[in-house]
Amino acid sequence: MSSDSKSARSQSRPVITTVLIANRGAIARRIVRACNELGLASVVVFSPADAGAPYLEEASQAYPLTGLRPVESYLDQEQLLQIAQQSGADAVHPGYGFLSENPVFARKVMDAGMVFIGPDPVWLERMGDKVNARRLMAEQGMTTFEGSGLITDIDSAKQAAEQIGFPLVVKPSGGGGGMGMQVVQNVDGLEVALAQAKAVADAAFGNADLYLERWIEKPRHIEYQILADEQGNAMQLYERECSVQRRHQKLIEESPAPGIDAALLGRQAELGASICASLGYNNLGTLETLYSEGETGFLEMNTRIQVEHGVTEEVTGIDLVQQQILLAGGEALPKPVPMVGHAIEVRVYAEDAQTLMPSTGVLGVFQPPSLHGVRIETGYQQGQEVSPYYDALLAKVIAKGNTRAQAIGRVTVALQAFNIQGVQTNVALLVRVLQDSEFLAGNVDTGIVERILLASRKVTAL
Amino acid sequence: MAKQEIESEVTGNVWKVLKSAGDTVAEGEVIMILESMKMEIPIESPAAGTLVDVLVQPEDQVEEDQAVAVLET
Repeated sequence: MSSDSKSARSQSRPVITTVLIANRGAIARRIVRACNELGLASVVVFSPADAGAPYLEEASQAYPLTGLRPVESYLDQEQLLQIAQQSGADAVHPGYGFLSENPVFARKVMDAGMVFIGPDPVWLERMGDKVNARRLMAEQGMTTFEGSGLITDIDSAKQAAEQIGFPLVVKPSGGGGGMGMQVVQNVDGLEVALAQAKAVADAAFGNADLYLERWIEKPRHIEYQILADEQGNAMQLYERECSVQRRHQKLIEESPAPGIDAALLGRQAELGASICASLGYNNLGTLETLYSEGETGFLEMNTRIQVEHGVTEEVTGIDLVQQQILLAGGEALPKPVPMVGHAIEVRVYAEDAQTLMPSTGVLGVFQPPSLHGVRIETGYQQGQEVSPYYDALLAKVIAKGNTRAQAIGRVTVALQAFNIQGVQTNVALLVRVLQDSEFLAGNVDTGIVERILLASRKVTAL
Repeated sequence: MAKQEIESEVTGNVWKVLKSAGDTVAEGEVIMILESMKMEIPIESPAAGTLVDVLVQPEDQVEEDQAVAVLET
């Protein structure tokens, strides 16, 4: 299924000498480092809010963007393309977030004669549509958790429910954020739940469409790292466990995933890689899945580098950002490697550790520790302002150990030694999770942070 | 009848203003939604009462502890 544009790309190897980085913060700095290590020139862009960022000095060239808000800066395609031309860039790395999964931008980059460091834009489209992505991967043999089409009446609902089984969840198709969702334990509760969900969905989203999905009580979020070259080959670099989340955003990630049969994880990863190879996917990608009690279901595919790529790098020794650039330049896949040791990443956010409210201000003190087995990725330095315009990620603290316990110990020590003043941080919450007995036992699921926050709230109230 | 200022807990931008001066509001009712660090932060009424004044409009920048509305209880 390799498209014409793709085979054309692989016939003449593009030469990458100068990479424009269309991003900011920790990932911009990470890409600068990869360029420096590969001996390539790097071009960074910065909004006025990021004028004090450390990577402006580390890059070969730095160009100012005019606006503060994302639409006037890191999402402004014309401004970015103009800087790309002006700087002599022959490739664009989009990082994560912002324009990284925007097929229109990717095409404009290619139309301007530059390499888009990512998969062919057709993949950004295919995987950007979540319903389509789920159907495509199911056709290729990845398991998905059972779901229905749109529910029209109680009879069709009962029919679909019989197929899915109970408990199940009634979901509005037009909304998100958990609003209108109703968990149904048995067939007797179905009619009432449908009526209630319909009323909420209609009021909240102006769309009363509903569908049914199997209810996963305490899922774990497991994802698989895929690498694919321009010649139709793909490989996998194992799994990442990303269940520790707050507000549906990941907080702690690790590799390998504790407490899950390694053979099952290996089979899923290999299946993912073989599907990517047979479909002609290229460059890096991540398959996100839910796992519950021995079962696994495909969620979506991210067609870019992930925030948490560092844990995979630590256990495999493969530099994923360098690989993105090399693969985009037509290089072959690296040799398969074993997974060695255990790696864990925690995300330090500028937000209150209990209320999770974002916090802005000037980093009067910002001193990442330098410790054995610990790597810190940050786009900030002391004296810099943390503005309200972009996300709250201050730093990623990544630790590697021979065992999970050692990696957890190292990341905890690093957090306690990380001196940050001027903004509120979630460090206290991260340490609470890292010291939680369930977490230490490897019993994680997507509800763990909520339970820990609730427990500490009760203690405060006493 | 006591007047009290409702303050923003965060620095950010006003995204949506849902209530106007003269509206009666219940305790916990959302008056406006701010945007800060890619998060939507609702500002809720601390008590039941009437909004005497709304001091900001969409796109305005607000600072932490800045008064954004006045409530009469």
